[in-house]
Amino acid sequence: MRILMPILYLLLAPLVGGLLDGMDRKISARMQRRVGPPLLQPFYDVQKLFAKQRIVVTNSQTFLMITYLVLMIATGALFYSGADMLMCFFLLSTAGIFLYFTAVVTDSPYSYIGGQRELFQEMCCEPAVLLTAIGFYILEDTFQTRDLIHADRSAIVALPGFFIAFLFILTIKMRKSPFDESTSHHPHQELVKGVTTELGGGNLALFQITEWYENVLMLSVVALFILNRNPWSIPCAVLVVLATYFLEILIDNTSARMRSQKMLQLSWAVTIAAAGINLVILILVR
Amino acid sequence: MGKVKRSPWLLHYDASSCNGCDIEVLACLTPVYDAERFGVVNTGDPMQADILLVTGGVNAQSAEVVKQIYDQMARPKVVVAVGICACTGGVFKDCYNISGGVDTVIPVDVYVPGCAARPESIIDGIVKAVAIFQERSDKHEKYIKEHGESARDMSDPDAAAREGNPADFFDALGKTSDNKEGK
Repeated sequence: MRILMPILYLLLAPLVGGLLDGMDRKISARMQRRVGPPLLQPFYDVQKLFAKQRIVVTNSQTFLMITYLVLMIATGALFYSGADMLMCFFLLSTAGIFLYFTAVVTDSPYSYIGGQRELFQEMCCEPAVLLTAIGFYILEDTFQTRDLIHADRSAIVALPGFFIAFLFILTIKMRKSPFDESTSHHPHQELVKGVTTELGGGNLALFQITEWYENVLMLSVVALFILNRNPWSIPCAVLVVLATYFLEILIDNTSARMRSQKMLQLSWAVTIAAAGINLVILILVR
Repeated sequence: MGKVKRSPWLLHYDASSCNGCDIEVLACLTPVYDAERFGVVNTGDPMQADILLVTGGVNAQSAEVVKQIYDQMARPKVVVAVGICACTGGVFKDCYNISGGVDTVIPVDVYVPGCAARPESIIDGIVKAVAIFQERSDKHEKYIKEHGESARDMSDPDAAAREGNPADFFDALGKTSDNKEGK
């Protein structure tokens, strides 16, 4: 199981992530009363990007991009092997730093602004991400995900505040509106491509695939809130994950981009209010 | 390689258009016409675009920009001139600062006439451009197969045959870049 799950993650996460991305575009289109692209559109896009001429602005760019991808896969593989959750989150932040390097190494001002904002987004997410791990530890006395999924009852019962805080920063992690500060898929924002400005062809395809890995990993953390030793919790977790993803699409389509200062204030306020109060109650009740 | 025609990403540049054609280009992406059902994405980045959509005739200021955008796009790429000004210069053809259609600066593959071009004909032009994109991509892949994967870095299969020497804008007007007034 400890070998099989990481391999399954390595192989299936891009498929699941790509399908979720396709669903995202289809549902977004339906919300705007359009027909929308086919479900497999993200795969067509990536296939085409690999077929294009490879234009590289700086030689180290491709290396940094591949490191970002490899670290992201390592994070997910570690998570699925049942290892230390805190370690996974540290590795995830390291992966994020490599995306920042990819952006700033090019000297493009747009890419540079995108990179700065990427760091800023990391800063907004980090408290909630770390508190989530701490919440799980206080509840179950372990950071190991392999033990967490065999809990007596779903963690969400005792950690609703942590769940709300995590949902909030999920929008930032997925770079969705109103928090698509560092990059945007839509051409109506003030900074359109941000970190991906100088990524073309194969490099952009790698970025896309890494996004899929990351989304699957983040949604897996959402599932961790639901899973317990009862096998029926698995379909429940899948339903909650799909509902979460739908909520993200809905927020993406109904909100305009927020200023980065506001993002920092809001995300930390929600983290302290929801996860912080939950943490205090958890410690007092223990 | 597979079907690149399923994923044509557009880059729209307004060379000197009156915004008539630009509004119609945007109309193609609205619910009524929904060009995204063909996989079309209106991207803002030349490095990620496959099809360059130019509206308006080329003038002294936009000529260099059009050339630069075209050069920044990765191969295979296709150019569509939207509206009569982009095709031939239109009513502005004889103006002192207009060099004519987009094809006076970069090679154009598809001409979409109209003032303003209708969304139906723009989508028709894009569909034609997508067919050319696929054809060029097949050639591109064949070239890379022959020359090895490293050729993808600077692959140039059809450039010499197709592009020739785009007329130098300032030469065509009998002016130099230092002396834009032409005195």
